[in-house]
Amino acid sequence: MQFQHIFNEIKKVDPELPERLSDRRTAMKSFAGIGAKIGLAAMPFLIGSIFKKAYAQSGPSQGVVLDVLNYALTLEYLEAEFYAMGIAKGTALVPAGAPANAIKTIGDHETAHVNFLKTAITAAGATPVAKPAFDFTAGGAFADVFTNYATFLAVAQTFEDTGVRAYKGRAAEITGGGDVLTAALNIHSVEARHAAHIRSMRKANNFGNVKPWITGKESGIGAVVQASYDGEELSTQAGVTIVNINGTNISAAAATEAFDEGLTKEQVLAIVGPFIVQ
Amino acid sequence: MIQKPSDAYSRRKFLGIAGAAAGIMVLASSCDKDDDSMMPNEGVDLGSGDVGILNYAYALEQLEAAFYTKVAESPYSGITASETALLTDIRDHEIAHREFFKTALGNAAITNLEFNFSSIDFGSRNSVLATAKAFEDLGVSAYNGAGKLITTPDYLTLAGKIVSVEARHAAYIRDLINNGSFADNTVIDSNGLDTSRMPAEVLAIAAGFVKTKINASNLPR
Repeated sequence: MQFQHIFNEIKKVDPELPERLSDRRTAMKSFAGIGAKIGLAAMPFLIGSIFKKAYAQSGPSQGVVLDVLNYALTLEYLEAEFYAMGIAKGTALVPAGAPANAIKTIGDHETAHVNFLKTAITAAGATPVAKPAFDFTAGGAFADVFTNYATFLAVAQTFEDTGVRAYKGRAAEITGGGDVLTAALNIHSVEARHAAHIRSMRKANNFGNVKPWITGKESGIGAVVQASYDGEELSTQAGVTIVNINGTNISAAAATEAFDEGLTKEQVLAIVGPFIVQ
Repeated sequence: MIQKPSDAYSRRKFLGIAGAAAGIMVLASSCDKDDDSMMPNEGVDLGSGDVGILNYAYALEQLEAAFYTKVAESPYSGITASETALLTDIRDHEIAHREFFKTALGNAAITNLEFNFSSIDFGSRNSVLATAKAFEDLGVSAYNGAGKLITTPDYLTLAGKIVSVEARHAAYIRDLINNGSFADNTVIDSNGLDTSRMPAEVLAIAAGFVKTKINASNLPR
């Protein structure tokens, strides 16, 4: 892709191009910074982001992008510390072999997400939010979280499923966000992979009758985590009824499983609130 | 250029799309000189803008639904009750996705595609699961890559609702093949990020299974 060629072509039909680009200088700088710092954006993609920023009808503002990234960072801090503390308990909590390996894989990803987001926020010229102090018993609701494997996996499942819903719930705010959006989506699907595996671990241990996907709004855990699952029972998407759609035999259960649902920032903060020491 | 004005009008009207930014369309055409060789220009036209991306997703869901329908019709030897139940679930999820896109796109929807699964041994667990893994990982990367091409926030949310379910499928299938490989370093990089692919790359990979020619040259990029 030839930058100058594209620039000249667009200038022919839009003489105000340089001005448009200049108007968005702050945003462009931050995107360039992210690309340079963490090798996220190869040059063609970076150019794409710049033009998208220049022409987007409603691209995200710098403030919105940073708010979403810091929000994500807070959730990743929560997950990373949770797994680190669980792993520190050794085989007293998580059995050696496949279970311990899986928890380490997931924990490593959460730590990588923390570092990635901190780097991205810093590269955008802002200061990453500080890590809160956590109470993984949630004020006693999960008193044995680091001594009882079942409780540990129940909290893990809730964190992963909530994480998926949290990223999903705010993705729309960074529509047109180019590489920042892509990065958020690339974290979102990793959280879903984690959730599926944790759910399979709980099922294999008879800790809960759950599948890798979410059926209705069932958690297989109990009322204490229900807020993380409420809304997942939705079976109509964009006004389209999914049950038995177009003469198929799609059950009510499958209709809810086939689409994960987002949570708003307020809903997520209410869910994680009890885990944060005020 | 991208689509006939009357065509564009009816599609936008149906889906309530505000329309792609003119600059993006100009940019896309400016890139044609360099990029056309990567995009097939014949066959079923996915269309442009958000409609094109939704049709792209619809094409991939058609592929997955057709595959799992065959898996359910002719279970591989040695399949367990649990595998039967969960692979049937996946089939139903993919059919739900396919039919959702078909309905949402209305008369902007592409036709039913034809597939070629002759390279898959449906009697073999290894063959079926290896293909399933490839399709699910491909689907995740396709949605992840297409996200930034979507201009309507509600459509991005819808894609997000589907991609995490595809990721759950991918994790399950991967664990069936090799427990613990749900998010291994063949799909997740050192930053803990999943894979994303742009439409041209995704369609090139899928092409081995798709008999119908797909024209993705009008998609945003």
